[in-house]
Amino acid sequence: MNVILNGIETEILDQMSVFTLLESKQITADTVVVELNKEIVPSDNFENVMLNDGDHLEVLRFVGGG
Amino acid sequence: MSEDIFEIGGLKFSSRLLTGTGKYSDDSVIPAVCESSGSQIITVALRRVDLESKTGNVMDFIPKHMQLLPNTSGARTADEAVRIARLARAMGCGDWIKIEVISDSKYLLPDGYETAKATEILAKEGFVVLPYVNADLYIARSLVDAGAAAVMPLGSPIGTNRGLKTREMLRILIEEISLPIIVDAGIGRPSEACEAMEMGADACLVNTAIATACDPIMMAKAFGRAVKAGREAYLSGPGAKHRNAIASSPLTGFLSEG
Repeated sequence: MNVILNGIETEILDQMSVFTLLESKQITADTVVVELNKEIVPSDNFENVMLNDGDHLEVLRFVGGG
Repeated sequence: MSEDIFEIGGLKFSSRLLTGTGKYSDDSVIPAVCESSGSQIITVALRRVDLESKTGNVMDFIPKHMQLLPNTSGARTADEAVRIARLARAMGCGDWIKIEVISDSKYLLPDGYETAKATEILAKEGFVVLPYVNADLYIARSLVDAGAAAVMPLGSPIGTNRGLKTREMLRILIEEISLPIIVDAGIGRPSEACEAMEMGADACLVNTAIATACDPIMMAKAFGRAVKAGREAYLSGPGAKHRNAIASSPLTGFLSEG
């Protein structure tokens, strides 16, 4: 199935949680914040929230800024 | 002199210099910059993770004692700023937020109306809101009403290092606004930060001038001292200015008298 990940259509395996997606992209879960279809996913819920075809995901983190 | 405390968002700080984390050629100098500047509050931005290339994490370089001040850069409307602020809070690093709402890409001037709208929403949600705005009395008053924790007027456009071009308007804000005034953006030299503090600003936020100096660590130290010097000058009550000379030495007892 496909999700829109940070604006890019991305093919992922079925039955993936937010946590396993992050893991597959080698992203450390505690360094990011995740928005799923414009709703924030609390970090302690990453493993429970399953992804569906067509989901819009934003994965963000802090960067240098003024 | 009793200890001079800078209080904001219910917290107390001994430093009145806020710093940023943008534009460093190498983020690994950030810990030394924090130490040499004495700064206790530091800004960061929130961006999409780059999924194609592995880059360093700026958070690895921010000392743990620093108060984090995420900004909403990239927001063009109040709604976008609110969305970014909520995401930043979900990172679990506190509820401070610097609101930036900018849709002008040439001068990066902030949209006061949208900023006030975002401030009102976020203050009601319990954020400590520090809005970045033009040095304008009416905007500043609307931010007071909206529940801001401070007002952050610009000295000159972001990243220009041009100093206090808004000097006369800053003076009015310092005089008229009861909230802390933090001069943000455009301060390019320690002398300009010092001047803002002498005028009675409560603090200065400096990023570009430190990050783009050949020696950011030494420049950070200079800014830390300049902000302190300006603050002490302000607290000491500077003497009056005069048009004509007023002698510093006695005008009597000259050798040639009599």
